[in-house]
Formats: sequence, structure tokens, C-alpha cells
Amino acid sequence: MRTPIAYFVVLSGVLFTLGTLGVLLRKNALLIFMSVELQLNAVNLALVAFSRMHLALDGQVLAFFSMVVAAAEVVVGLAIIVAVYRRRGTVDVDEARGLAG
Amino acid sequence: MDDTSVGISGMAWLWFVPAIPLAGALLNLFGGRRLGKLAGLIASGAVGLSFLVSLVSVRELFGASVEERVVTEHLFDWISVGNFSVGADLRLDALSATMILVITGIGFLIHVYAIGYMEGDPRYGRFFAYLNLFVFFMLLLVLADNYLLLYVGWEGVGLCSYLLIGFWFEKPENATAAKKAFITTRIGDTAMLIGLALIVSETGTLAFDVVLGSPDDTIAKGTATAISLLLFAGAIGKSAQVPLHVWLPDAMAGPTPVSALIHAATMVTAGVYLVVRSAPLFELSGVALTVVLIVGLVTALFAATCALAQDDIKRVLAYSTISQLGFMFMAAGMRFYTGAMFMLVAHACYKALMFLGAGSVMHGMHEETDLQRMGGLIRRMPVTGWTFVIGALALAGVFPLAGFFAKDQILEIANHTGHTWIYLLGTLGALLSALYIGRLLFLAFFGESRSEEAEHAHESPPVMTVPLVLLAAGAVMTGLLLSSSAEGTLARFLEPVTGPIPHGDGLSTLALSLIATAIALGALAVAWWVYASGRVDRVAFRERLQPLPRAAAAGWYVDHAYSTLFVKPGIAAARFSADVFDTKGVDALVNGVGGGVRRLAAAGRRIQTGFVRSYALGFFLGAVGVLVWLGTRL
Amino acid sequence: MPLDNVVFWVFAPISVASAIGMLLMRNAVHAALFLVVNFFCLAVFYLILDAPFLFAVQIIVYAGAIMVLFLFVIMLLGVDRGDDLRERLFAQRPLALALGAGFVIEIVLAVRAGIGFATKAPAGFDAVNEPGNTQAIARVLFRDYFFPFEATSILLIVAAVAAMVLGQRKARAVTQAELEAMRG
Repeated sequence: MRTPIAYFVVLSGVLFTLGTLGVLLRKNALLIFMSVELQLNAVNLALVAFSRMHLALDGQVLAFFSMVVAAAEVVVGLAIIVAVYRRRGTVDVDEARGLAG
Repeated sequence: MDDTSVGISGMAWLWFVPAIPLAGALLNLFGGRRLGKLAGLIASGAVGLSFLVSLVSVRELFGASVEERVVTEHLFDWISVGNFSVGADLRLDALSATMILVITGIGFLIHVYAIGYMEGDPRYGRFFAYLNLFVFFMLLLVLADNYLLLYVGWEGVGLCSYLLIGFWFEKPENATAAKKAFITTRIGDTAMLIGLALIVSETGTLAFDVVLGSPDDTIAKGTATAISLLLFAGAIGKSAQVPLHVWLPDAMAGPTPVSALIHAATMVTAGVYLVVRSAPLFELSGVALTVVLIVGLVTALFAATCALAQDDIKRVLAYSTISQLGFMFMAAGMRFYTGAMFMLVAHACYKALMFLGAGSVMHGMHEETDLQRMGGLIRRMPVTGWTFVIGALALAGVFPLAGFFAKDQILEIANHTGHTWIYLLGTLGALLSALYIGRLLFLAFFGESRSEEAEHAHESPPVMTVPLVLLAAGAVMTGLLLSSSAEGTLARFLEPVTGPIPHGDGLSTLALSLIATAIALGALAVAWWVYASGRVDRVAFRERLQPLPRAAAAGWYVDHAYSTLFVKPGIAAARFSADVFDTKGVDALVNGVGGGVRRLAAAGRRIQTGFVRSYALGFFLGAVGVLVWLGTRL
Repeated sequence: MPLDNVVFWVFAPISVASAIGMLLMRNAVHAALFLVVNFFCLAVFYLILDAPFLFAVQIIVYAGAIMVLFLFVIMLLGVDRGDDLRERLFAQRPLALALGAGFVIEIVLAVRAGIGFATKAPAGFDAVNEPGNTQAIARVLFRDYFFPFEATSILLIVAAVAAMVLGQRKARAVTQAELEAMRG
């Protein structure tokens, strides 16, 4: 493969940043959650790229674990969002500001 | 200055003398309300008991020879710091023996009188507690064997004086008078404290034995002058000499027994005691003695003129006390310490007598004190009246009463030692004394009754009149018993402490005595003619002399001067401190800190928006920041 | 031009564009679909990075399970309707964009300081992947990373239980009509 590894890493960084922007700028809780998934994926990309560079499989295994954990996390997170929705009738995170000083 | 075994085993009960009144004070302080009328008996009993113990102690002292006529008692180690140590030591020598007999003896009579005078007062028990406390402190003052313990007693009597002058503090002018007394004497006390510090810095100790033993070895002449003047400043305050005399006339706001005990017989004499006790220092200085003499002389004349113009019976006596104290200081200033002490004893008798008599008059005239509203009281209050006559004659210096001997001796010494001006001015003072006391006597007790109360005045109960009689007896006998010429008993008694009496040449004793008696009788006759015979129009006479009587009545406006110079600026400064500096400055600072914190918190609180997304932004901000920092370090 | 280079330069822009699209979409379902596109692109990247197993897993798990779950919930809750894109937090948008840009710059600088933009993937990865990527991963997974493997299995069970617990209804579900009333 001729593409320098650095390009993958930079791409990963860009995707991660976009995910962060999504967390910061969207108000819908589900969209925020999706942005978090984007962040996780970006990191997986970086892991696999470095794994390729170091000629070891540890990065790939780690990315695999990351996916597993992300799956579990999505399950629980969505259950929480549903429960919150049932309580408050909205998934807008800006509505949850009871701890304002 | 030796040990406690002068002939008697267990003179170790010297401390009983002050301790018994202290016990009485504590008893009345804590149980006064429940004790009721018993408080007066307890208090009087305590002082009486103390008098008996004093008598026994002094008798023992008499038994010893001249060199050994000192007993000291070390109670406990009080202060011990480095090289400096002060013990709670008591000292009984001729000088302090004289004082304790006066204090406890006359104090006892005054306590008994007060049982009748203060009857029905709601704070009866506390009054006697304060009186006993005062006696305790006064005894401590004169029995102290070092300057620090003396100072404790000094301050203690000042405190009790404050408490007692302001005893009826419900009336604001009484409280003001008490404050005035305390503050004015404080000025003197501070100077005295500086003097004590000076003593310590020069000699390293405050014990009488060391400081007064042979001061020429340890203290330089200049320092001795400074020390003496500072101590004398304390005496000026406590003994109400010019210029710190202003508190004593106002102190008459207190109950009459207080005026009698504190402001005639005992506390005000503490200054005289101090000077006589510290005589070695004063003599080393020389200048100090001259200052004492001048101050005494000026005070004697100044106060006598004021006394002549007062209309309040107690104020006449107050100014009279100031004047008589001036005479005592004059004597001390001429190194005639025995004369000063003799006058102290005599004055205590007849002045206490006259104060108690004034109290009796007030009691019989429903608290009236204005001389212009009295008159002819001798017919309605015979015991009070005739005892008062004896006291007045004693003060005027009529033979053979105590005052005659006292004043006559002092003037004689002045004449013999070449202080001619002192003699002449002192004689003038004696003239004025006879004049004002004659005026008082005749206005109050003789002539026509000038008001309803005077018409219907009644004599006081025996509990008040018996002490008057006893004091009158004292005024009569003291002179004869203790005549203070070189052969007199008191002189011989005091000699170990005070040194010999100055001698000299001048007019003979007989001549001087005749002159003095003539002056006294002449002044009394004039007073009788103006005030009692009815042949002179007093009011017109006084009018013609204006504005002098008005000025004299106002104490030659010294009080006004102090008020303008010190009191008003002081109050202004205090008001500034309280209203401006404290409220706007300090409070603003303190509240400002609180307000500042609140504003800081309010500003800081704006971060707590409650929005999750802003918190997330905060995370991101931190993360980026850390990365930047890491980046710069690589 | 070598094949993997072409692949990279085709799919990289697509992945970035789909990510941006996800960010900008008002409708949640549209955003989810854009995210699916992004996941596919990433799967392709795994492929060209010699990780075929992960390529498959990515598609099956992420695009196939996770995103489906997301879409279920979006539809269930009915929040696919418009999201208000007005920003009412002070300086949120500019600050976020600035920080994002700064972050990217930092990544670039870090990479440049680290591995450098010239390093290519070294040869010899086939030896690692002997006899095949899946077997090689299995070998590493069940030997070196056995404990984390067991731990994640427990994790999955816990997650399932948690979902059941959280999903319990104590009261009857809020209907749409009642929601309107609550919000109105």
C-alpha cells in the first residue's frame, strides 16, 4: 500500500473532531449519541492504521474490543434515553438544566 | 527591714488586716441580697475586726526598739521573670501603722454611720461590699512592701471610687462624675506607672528596701527627679491637687459616707502617703520637693478661694479637702513629713466628721444641699450641729483642737526654715480656711431658718449620730495626744521612717501660735458677723463683689478650660471614630470583603449554566489546552 | 496510480462529507443514514489496511446492528421531526469551531513530529496475517487477550440486563396526545 500511514491518522483526527463538534453543537440527545459513535470509529481507524504500521495485530484486537464495548454502550445508552423521554417528554439536552447555579 | 519575728511569734497574721475586709466584701457581693440588713453589720464588723487586729499589731510594734520597728511578711512569690521578681510582701512600720489605724478606725465609724444613712436603698448589700472592697484595697496600698503591690492598691481604690461615686448611676450626672473621677486620676496613674518602669530600669526591682534604702548609690540625681515627679503626678491625680483637682467637687454626687471615707479620710490621702514613703527619692532629687511644695501651696490657696463661694454644703467641704491636702503637701515639700502625717490624721478625723455631719443635715432636710436654704439648724439638730462646730473649729485651727496643732506646726517649720513667703502665703491660706468654714458653719447652723425644710428638720438616728460624737472626740484628742513637735509622740513614732524634723530659727513657737489663733478667731468672727448676725446684707455684699464670687464658685473656670481643650475634642474624636471611621471605614472594609466575595461568587457562578453542552465545551477546551502544553514541551 | 491510493482518495472525502452531513441534518433519520455511509467508508479503509475481519465486523455490528438500533429508537420516540438549529448558548458555536480547528492542527503537527508524512506501511504484514487474518486475530485474541475477552462477555450480559431493567414500564407509556398536552 502506498498511502502513507499519516494520512489515515489525520483522517481519523478530522473525523474525531467532527464527532466532537456534533456533541457540542447538536441538541438532540440521539444525535449527540451518534456523534459519540463517530468519535469511537475515528479512534478505531487510528488503531488499525498504527497496527498496520507496527506489524502487529494488537491494534486490530483493540479495535475489535472497542466495537464490542461500543455496542454494549449503545444498548444501555438508548435504554436510558428512552426512559428519560418517557419521564420528560423530550430528548432535548438543553432542557436538563436543573443544576444551574 | 527584718524578719517576722520581732518579739512575737506569728506576726504572720499581718495579712489578716486587709483580708478581713476582703472577706466581708466577697460575702456581701455574693450574698448581699439575701443578707438584707445584715450586710451592713457584716461590713462594719469586718472593718471593726480589722481595726482590732491593727491595734494589736501596732502595739507589738511599739514594744520593739526603734531599729527593729519594722515587720515584713512575705505572702507568696508573685512575679518572677528573669532577673526581675516581685513578691506579695506586706510591711508594717511606723508609717503604715499610722495609716492602717486611721483607715480601719475611721472606716469603722463611717461604716456604722452608713448603716443608718443607706437604709432602704435597693442595693444596700452591694454598697457595703464596695465599701469593704475599698478598705481592702486601701489597706493593701499602705501595707505594700513594694511599689507594684502599692500600685495594685492604688488602682483598686480608684476602681472602688468609681463604683461608689456612680453608685446611684440611674442619674446620668452621677455616672458622669464617676467617669470624670476615674479618667482624671488615670492621667496621674499613667505617669506613676511610667515612674515605676523607670525605677525598675534603674534598680531592677520595686521593693522598698532596695529602692528607698540608699538611693544615692543606685540612682542618678536626674533620674531620681524624673521618678519623683512621675510619682508625684500620680499623687496629684489621686489627691486632687491642681491641675488634676477637677474630679473631687463633682465626686460629691456619691453617697455621703463615700465622700467621707474616700474623699476625705483615706483615698485622697494616698498621695500624701506615697510622697512620704518615697521621701528618700524626693530628697535625692531636691527639685521634686520644691515642686511638691509649690503645687501644695498653689492648691491650698486656689481651693480655699473656691470653697468660699460654693453654695452646696458638700462642695464647700470638697474644695476644703483639696485645700487641706495642699497644706499636707506643703509640709512634705519642706521635709516636714511628720507634720504632713499628723495633719493627715487630724484632717481625717475632722473632715470625716464634717462630711458625716453634712450627710446628717441632708438626711434631716430631705436631701437638700443648698446652703442658702438652710439656717438655724443647730436648734433642730443639736448633736449634728455641735459636733459640726467642733469639726469646724478644728479645721479653722483653734486651740486645743487637732487642726490647730497641725497647721500651726507646719507654719512654724516654714518660718523656722526660712521659707518666709511660704509662711506668709500659708498663713493667708489658714485665714481663708477659717473664713470658708465659718461661712459654712454659720450659714447652715445659725441664724434664721431660710426654708420650710430647715424649719422642720429633724435629728438623725443614733446609728448616725454616735459616730459623729466619736469623731468629734477624736478631733479634740488627737492634737493633745499626738502633738507633733519634736518631743511629740507621733514624731518619735515616725522618726525611723521619716527622718528628723527640720529645725531652724525664727519667731518663737509661742508667738507663732498666738498669731495663728488670732487669725483663726478673727476670721471666724468676721464670718459670724457677715453670715449669722443678720447685720450685713449678704446678698448685696456678694453682688458688689461680682464677678469674683461667680468665678470662684465655678472653680475659676478650670473645668470650662478642660472641657474646651480636652473633653470636647476628645468627644469629637470619639464620635469621628465611631461614626465615620468605624462605620464607613472598618465596616466598609469588612462588609466590602463580604461583598467582594459575593460578587466574585456571582461572577464565578455564571459558569454553572446547567447546560450539559457548555460543560462539554469546557472539557474540550481543557483537552485542547493540555495538548497544546504537551506539544510545546516535546 | 496504485489502487489503494485511489481507494483512499475516493473514500476519504466521502467519509468526511458524510460526517459533515450527519452534523448538519435537521432530520434525525437523515443524519443516521449519513452515519451509515460513514461507517461503510471506514469499513473500506479497514480493508485496505489489511484488516478484512474488521471490515466484516464493522459492517455487521456497526452498520447492521447499532445503527439499526438507533433508527428503531428514533422512530419509536418520534423525534425525527425538525430539530431547532438555533444556538442559544453564549459563544458555543464559534468556540467549538475554533477549538475543533485547533485540535486538527494539533493532530497534524503531532503526526508530523511523530511518524512523519512520508512513512509508508511497511511490507511484511502477510507474515503477521498467516494463515489468514481471522485465524491470526483468533490466535491473539484467545491467548494474549483472553481475560479482556471474558470480561467483555460479562459486559455484554450486563448490558442486556440493564436494557431490560431500564426498559421496564412502571406506568403506561405516554401517548402522543398526552405529550402534546404536557408540552403545551
